[in-house]
Amino acid sequence: MDIMPKWAEVVLVPLISLILAAIISALVILAIGEDPIAAVKLMIEGSLGSTYGWGYTLYYATNFMFTGLAVAVAFHARLFNIGGEGQAMLGGLGVALACLYIPWPHWSLALLGATIGAAAFGALWAAIPAYLQAKRGSHIVITTIMFNFIAAALLNYVLVNMLRPTGSMDPATARFSEVVHLPTLHDLLAPFGIEFSKAAPANVTLLVAVLACLAVWLLIWRTRLGYEIRAYGHSESAAKYAGISPVKITMIAMLISGGLAGMMAINNVMGEAERLVLNATEGAGFIGIAVALMGRSHPVGVFLAAILFGFLYQGGAELALWTSIPRELIVVIQALVILFTGALDNMVRMPLEKLFLAMRKKES
Amino acid sequence: MTAPAIELKGISKAFGPVQANKDISISVMPGTIHGIIGENGAGKSTLMSILYGFYKADKGEIHIAGKQTHIPDSQAAIAAGIGMVFQHFKLVENFTVLENIILGAEDGGMLMPSLNKARRILLELEKEYGLNVDPDAVIEELGVGMQQRVEILKALYRHADILILDEPTGVLTPAEAAQLFRILDRLREEGKTIILITHKLREIMDITDTVSVMRRGEMTATVKTSETSPTELAELMVGRKVLLRVDKEPAKPGEVVLDIQNLRVVDDKGVERVKGIDLNVRAGEVLGIAGVAGNGQSELLEVLGGYAHGTGTITMNGQPIDLTGKSSDGRSRRASGIAHVPEDRQREGLIMPYHAWENVAFGYHHDHNYNSGFLMDNKALRDDTNAKIEKFDIRPADCWQEAKNFSGGNQQKIVVAREIERNPDLLLIGQPTRGVDIGAIEFIHQQIVALRDQGKAILLVSVELEEILSLSDRIAVMFDGHIMGERMPNETDEKELGLLMAGMTGEVA
Amino acid sequence: MDFLTLLQVLDSTVRLATPLLLACLAGLFSERAGIFDIGLEGKMLAAAFFSAAFAAITGSVWLGLLAGIASSVALSGLHGLASITFRGNQLISGVAINFLASGLTVLIAQSWFSQGGRTPSLMGEGRFEPITLPFADALKDMPILGPIYYELISGHSILVYVAFACVPLTWWILYRTRFGLRLRAVGENPAAVDTAGISVVGLRYVAVAICGILCGIAGAYLATALQAGFVKEMTAGRGFIALAALIFAKWRPWYALSACLLFGFLQAIALRYQNIDLGAFTVPVQFMDALPYILTVVILAGFVGKAIPPRAGGEPYVKER
Repeated sequence: MDIMPKWAEVVLVPLISLILAAIISALVILAIGEDPIAAVKLMIEGSLGSTYGWGYTLYYATNFMFTGLAVAVAFHARLFNIGGEGQAMLGGLGVALACLYIPWPHWSLALLGATIGAAAFGALWAAIPAYLQAKRGSHIVITTIMFNFIAAALLNYVLVNMLRPTGSMDPATARFSEVVHLPTLHDLLAPFGIEFSKAAPANVTLLVAVLACLAVWLLIWRTRLGYEIRAYGHSESAAKYAGISPVKITMIAMLISGGLAGMMAINNVMGEAERLVLNATEGAGFIGIAVALMGRSHPVGVFLAAILFGFLYQGGAELALWTSIPRELIVVIQALVILFTGALDNMVRMPLEKLFLAMRKKES
Repeated sequence: MTAPAIELKGISKAFGPVQANKDISISVMPGTIHGIIGENGAGKSTLMSILYGFYKADKGEIHIAGKQTHIPDSQAAIAAGIGMVFQHFKLVENFTVLENIILGAEDGGMLMPSLNKARRILLELEKEYGLNVDPDAVIEELGVGMQQRVEILKALYRHADILILDEPTGVLTPAEAAQLFRILDRLREEGKTIILITHKLREIMDITDTVSVMRRGEMTATVKTSETSPTELAELMVGRKVLLRVDKEPAKPGEVVLDIQNLRVVDDKGVERVKGIDLNVRAGEVLGIAGVAGNGQSELLEVLGGYAHGTGTITMNGQPIDLTGKSSDGRSRRASGIAHVPEDRQREGLIMPYHAWENVAFGYHHDHNYNSGFLMDNKALRDDTNAKIEKFDIRPADCWQEAKNFSGGNQQKIVVAREIERNPDLLLIGQPTRGVDIGAIEFIHQQIVALRDQGKAILLVSVELEEILSLSDRIAVMFDGHIMGERMPNETDEKELGLLMAGMTGEVA
Repeated sequence: MDFLTLLQVLDSTVRLATPLLLACLAGLFSERAGIFDIGLEGKMLAAAFFSAAFAAITGSVWLGLLAGIASSVALSGLHGLASITFRGNQLISGVAINFLASGLTVLIAQSWFSQGGRTPSLMGEGRFEPITLPFADALKDMPILGPIYYELISGHSILVYVAFACVPLTWWILYRTRFGLRLRAVGENPAAVDTAGISVVGLRYVAVAICGILCGIAGAYLATALQAGFVKEMTAGRGFIALAALIFAKWRPWYALSACLLFGFLQAIALRYQNIDLGAFTVPVQFMDALPYILTVVILAGFVGKAIPPRAGGEPYVKER
């Protein structure tokens, strides 16, 4: 029944999708009168050519690991969580409250507290759409989209009317105290004698993200809960037969998903900006969709795809700096990756299946 | 001599590596009813789908009324005078009867004139064939029998001379089926040609003029109905003598294991499907529930299995079971000694993309043997699976295969192995041999009897009367949510049970 | 609030409701045919850019409109390719189209005009100007009705009248024509349409194309009538508000009109009054911004009447064996 071997499905389909996206992007670059090869060189140089570049690449990748894992966990329960953006925004609020109002003695405790705050707020924001899906059958895709907009409005209100320091015109919180500043990769690697750029924002949160990948892998593939989540994702009727409660799984999967999306905030709010600003998420919640699709909802795939998108983001910023190609090129690439891996996947798969069928016939 | 209404010559069709139809030829004379009989998966529906333009045959010719006809799509089939009544009706549920009838056969771009014309013609058709349907009724408010009439009217409205019916009685009560056959009789008198696809021998014997038998994609015989017998057809169908009776000792019923008092079940749509039934199953006996599909048997199993709510009292080994509360789920049911082989293994019993070894724990994944601390013990699962594969002769013998890659019979063996090996006090088993090959049927039947002989209680639900008669120690018949009566298998016959299944009590016969 | 202020708010309601209404009806055609479309936003955005760009280059707003429609229909075609031909995930396709439009519009705008992702401001023939309806000036001074006619009904661009005319037209197409019957049927049960000998694929592509045309007009209206030129992300979530309105309207044309007018009214209020003082407490402007989304969630939750989408919506059609 399976025409293609599993490795082809897991490796070839995303790879070909990526190549297709790259070819189209190259054509777009050509069309606006720039040299695609020079552009790629510039991107690689700018994102991987120095520890400064790496620092940014890994910083972005950290964001995308969290949001990618968030989408992936929900995907396993066949739930499409488009609300990562809003959940990450709320996560930022959780981080800001934890950092501003609790006198932490040390950054490590603050990191723990902020992580809990971020995850709790993100999970809370996912809880309402999850509950409405589980109990009222409201389509979670639509409700999570709506909740992104509601989150933006809420955050705007909270920043402008409540958290803005008196006298400041900026819709942002005050700076966090020195104590809760997270060590950057420069600080972490210095004891080992490794020189890493001081200016780059990559920080200890990267390790938290890698731990999150590991934890999600354990959860999905090794625990009973993961077994139940996947079973429910494959067949709701079978899950009911087996005594797996759809309400429970929908709620738990979405809470974990929202929590992971929220945790992104410890990277961008606590690790980088060190205060909460409007639009701190910069669309990272949506990139999680591309990352999860590209990574086939597997933590290892998500990890790799997040680094790829980190590279694209940093490379894109460099392009915008040195050429007339605006940063939005990355949005186009992101769109194409989502399109090819998530919606036109059959277009990619069909010729591959024919190829494998022909090869099999030849063998026999 | 008149040309045949339909003539198929050498039709072949493959889906990937599966040869669904192999070099099939038939010819059907106008004004006759031709039956096509065969087991599930014999290729009947594929053949008819080719005739209706749903699939393109790899090889072969179609002749309609003596003319070679090319049927690339349904439109061409309709133009050639072919109408089809599918097993699952193709009606728009929230449209009226009239709207459904004109869909695709409208006159012009405006709706009103089409609807008015259709109303007129519909009244004529209804008079001509005795098919009464309210043209303004909304489909979802009609019963299945009525919906089927709409499908027939749809075909007649399109001037169909050839009518194909795919398993038309599957969802009908015997009374409704009889009514359908009267309609078909009438259509035959009016000169229509009818192809009836079924796996029920009695229908073939009752109404057809000629019959073709299909087996594994091939046409094994075409005979005049008057010159054959059910036994002969059955042999042609399965390719060897059928074992009608399972060898078993008389039952030695013990204590009551499961006791059901006044059980009522209301489905999601608010329709009462089980209307106050009383039943019990004893240790060491098989209670068979007979009935046409859709008369509340599925809901009964769902409540007992813990995934539908009900009201009433159910006790298991004397202990009351929670029917609506927190512990009304599959996990609690399993804990109280109930195992369940569900009616639909692909939708319920198995997770198709899961490996065999993951499926072996399905529903029992909380068992401490399968877990070590916080994580699942995959090694233990695989060892257990390999043991079951050997004991139940599951093929391919590979615990890493995904469930979807096993044949229907082997999938069912995985489910049966999982449930029986838990050594339950009560086994619920629904349609144990649906879509299962003959070899596996025998094996599964033996397993059921063996479990009974160990003193376990078994509740068997099947729409196959033969299966009920050969396995059960006691038979209850369900109709419209009620138990119509209980019979001992040696004191009853198919005729009496058939009447009960149609909602008639014994005296009428 | 005096009478004239009320009229001005309502006038602004009409103008703000117009793009919502067009996009909402666009979504209605697509979703009634069983193709979910969360890419309304992207199609509007693409159309806004291309209409403004072509209007700026050619100096003709009509050519701009055509270009806008063409770009939107092209994206519809892509959505159709993914969700109809290749039976892909319609929601993911919609998400991709939104990002594609968001990125490409800025990329091309930068390449063509080098104005930071904008088009040049449109003037004269490059814009849809307000139309003064017959007798508007003459009747202006009549009490009550005069100002209503002059301020509220007259003085909009042609696209506003087109949008409002589309409501009865959509109703008529849907419920009074053969095409409408088939369209509704294919969104409910494509198998019924298929066995009746009608092409499911063909019908759905037509529906998706109509969706593209209407989104195109909506986008063109934004850039060439409501405003004078394209700016980055100028749709500002209107595609999603239209989607919300569609759910609010339970996929029906007249209800769509009411829902879009309501949401347009909320936008007009939020635009005119920053924070609304109700005496006891103030309604913050952010709440007004979020209100359409909150209302939609409430409707979706089924607390106020259940919104049941077309039954075959979101599912690719595969013939069963």
